[in-house]
Amino acid sequence: MSVKKVLTGNHAVSYGAMVSRVQVISAYPITPQTQVVELLSEMVADGLLKAIFVNVESEHSAMSACVSASAAGARAFTATSAQGLALMHEMLHWAAGDRLPIVLADINRAMAPPWTIWTDQNDSLSQRDTGWMQVYVESNQEAFDSIILAYKVAEQIYLPCMVVLDAFVLSHTSEPIEIYDQEKIDEFLPPYKPMVTIEPGKPIGYGALAGPDTYMEFRYKMQKAMEKAVSVFEKEGKLFGEMFGRTYDLVEPYMLDDAEYVIVTVGAVTSTARVAIQELRKKGEKVGLLKLRVVRPFPFEKLRNILKGKKKVAIIDRNISFGHHGIFYEEIKSALYPLQDRPIVYGYIAGLGGRDVTVGDIIGIYEDMKKRETLDEAIWRGVKL
Amino acid sequence: MIMKNWQIPEDELLYSGHAACQGCGGALAMRLALKALGENSVVTIPACCWTIISGDVLYNALKIPVFHTAFETAAISAAGLKAGLTMRGLKDTTVFAWAGDGGTFDIGIQSISGAAERNEDIIYFVYDNEAYMNTGIQRSSATPWGAWTTTTPVKHPEDKPKKNIDEIIAAHGVPYQATVNIAFPEDFIRKVQKAKGIKGFRFFHIFAPCPPGWKIPSDISIRAARLATQTNVFPLYEIEHGKNYRVSYMPPKKVPVSEYLKIQGRFRHLKEEDVEFIQKMVNENFDSLLKKHELTHGTLQNIPSPEFYR
Repeated sequence: MSVKKVLTGNHAVSYGAMVSRVQVISAYPITPQTQVVELLSEMVADGLLKAIFVNVESEHSAMSACVSASAAGARAFTATSAQGLALMHEMLHWAAGDRLPIVLADINRAMAPPWTIWTDQNDSLSQRDTGWMQVYVESNQEAFDSIILAYKVAEQIYLPCMVVLDAFVLSHTSEPIEIYDQEKIDEFLPPYKPMVTIEPGKPIGYGALAGPDTYMEFRYKMQKAMEKAVSVFEKEGKLFGEMFGRTYDLVEPYMLDDAEYVIVTVGAVTSTARVAIQELRKKGEKVGLLKLRVVRPFPFEKLRNILKGKKKVAIIDRNISFGHHGIFYEEIKSALYPLQDRPIVYGYIAGLGGRDVTVGDIIGIYEDMKKRETLDEAIWRGVKL
Repeated sequence: MIMKNWQIPEDELLYSGHAACQGCGGALAMRLALKALGENSVVTIPACCWTIISGDVLYNALKIPVFHTAFETAAISAAGLKAGLTMRGLKDTTVFAWAGDGGTFDIGIQSISGAAERNEDIIYFVYDNEAYMNTGIQRSSATPWGAWTTTTPVKHPEDKPKKNIDEIIAAHGVPYQATVNIAFPEDFIRKVQKAKGIKGFRFFHIFAPCPPGWKIPSDISIRAARLATQTNVFPLYEIEHGKNYRVSYMPPKKVPVSEYLKIQGRFRHLKEEDVEFIQKMVNENFDSLLKKHELTHGTLQNIPSPEFYR
């Protein structure tokens, strides 16, 4: 029988890992992530979770331990934020290149300097091209659910998956979470049975030198796996809904059917945007919301189908690619380019380093988009100069 | 004290098709280590000559699984493999890391220190050829004073003594560590077999000549290795729990370091006073080691003589 618990986003992630029956956890403390692994180390010590917890001396080693443990055939988990994720960078490539279905929870924290511990997406998006899948969540329930789903998808396509949630807005905020019956979770997520493992009696070389005549095929297969992951996410998200009552897709439309204007959000700001959309709808505005949940693999077709024929789209980026624009703005705009009836797209940079993005801010973005006539890019909101 | 009938397993777990240079100390070291460890083993190899030696992506020169890992991760990679295998019920498998001196003394030292302090149940081997040989002979902190490398040219050769990695490991109080030399295979295999039966973090410092990097002909790499121990440049010893020292080899008569240095091109530029300086350092280091042995055993009489290894 499922139970309800009031959990912070961090602890929802810990429970997600526990019910996924992770076998090796390796982590290093960093705010705001630390509570995730604190609770997991207690779960291991109390025997609630049969796993080995490797208390390493750096995030680089944390990811390295996960890589090797996963290669040895164990289900591996870690969590981190910002500087810790940046330090893992080399081993993130290793995890993906070795085709290991590791799951990592990244509690979005802006990058230093200047020192900061508050949310934005530049830490996870700096790892965009490592070959990891990336799922951004809106609520603590979604964080919990997404850990289970991440393993289910990752273990089918042999690529690692990052589940990303906002610092403090989710990580340290409590919400009621439904924790499903363990037997049903086990039915949804059976034990990890990899195709290839490092173990005695199988004298293979794993990750050895590949010359120009063999390397490219490894990369091609990673890309094909990512492309396949779109349908796997969709299929497993539906099955998850049938079994647990919450269906997940790569994108989530809200009040979009008759909308002429669309706001696109990624992460916890989506919840705020829902309220803004409700208020605008009360005033008769034809506006809807599109939540982008899975950003790797990128759901090109779904975005095109939803956004084609709309008048204007405003993308809220809690991130920036310096010298270019907001990263989701870049990506969505380029995805829409092949459409004949593509909408005009504006990119809004907001909420960096944890600056609050309020309902009023989002209404302001809508009003700005609606009246704007020039093709401006990288429009900053809330900068105090 | 003479030990007859040394047992060296005949099994070969290193195939002949590996990609090492002729006379490679690192290749012979692996052959000996595998004889002692046997087939119920897995190895993780960071960036080093052995990344190449073990074969490209379609091949594997070893009869055990090889996991390739990033440069600075050998120790934690072994610990991760051990954790994964343990969770799968494969608790008896020996997991070992096999790294060069650069990957150990320099870039990997943080991960080694972490694994040693946590007493991870792995064996760590460093095959020390005293420079970054795979990238073309650049100095590492294992490069000895006075040596030429491509980043310590003859006009400004290495001006710092070799880092004492063994004392750094000993400071962690690990259950077992030893120095071994490819020119002393019986001692090498005996120590690895002994380590195999111990739980926790075990560390081997292997002296492994590199003919191209040391500028020696490939057919004298064993001779160079043997001279390193005979001259006390590379003494053989064991340390238990960071405090019990046992010297494994007492040279018969004092062989001057010049015998070791003069056969190597990398030391060709050294002047007489440089050789004297090296001799002084070697004497001091060996005396200090003997004192630690004496402190442990109360005598120097139990240190084996060369006859022990015949």
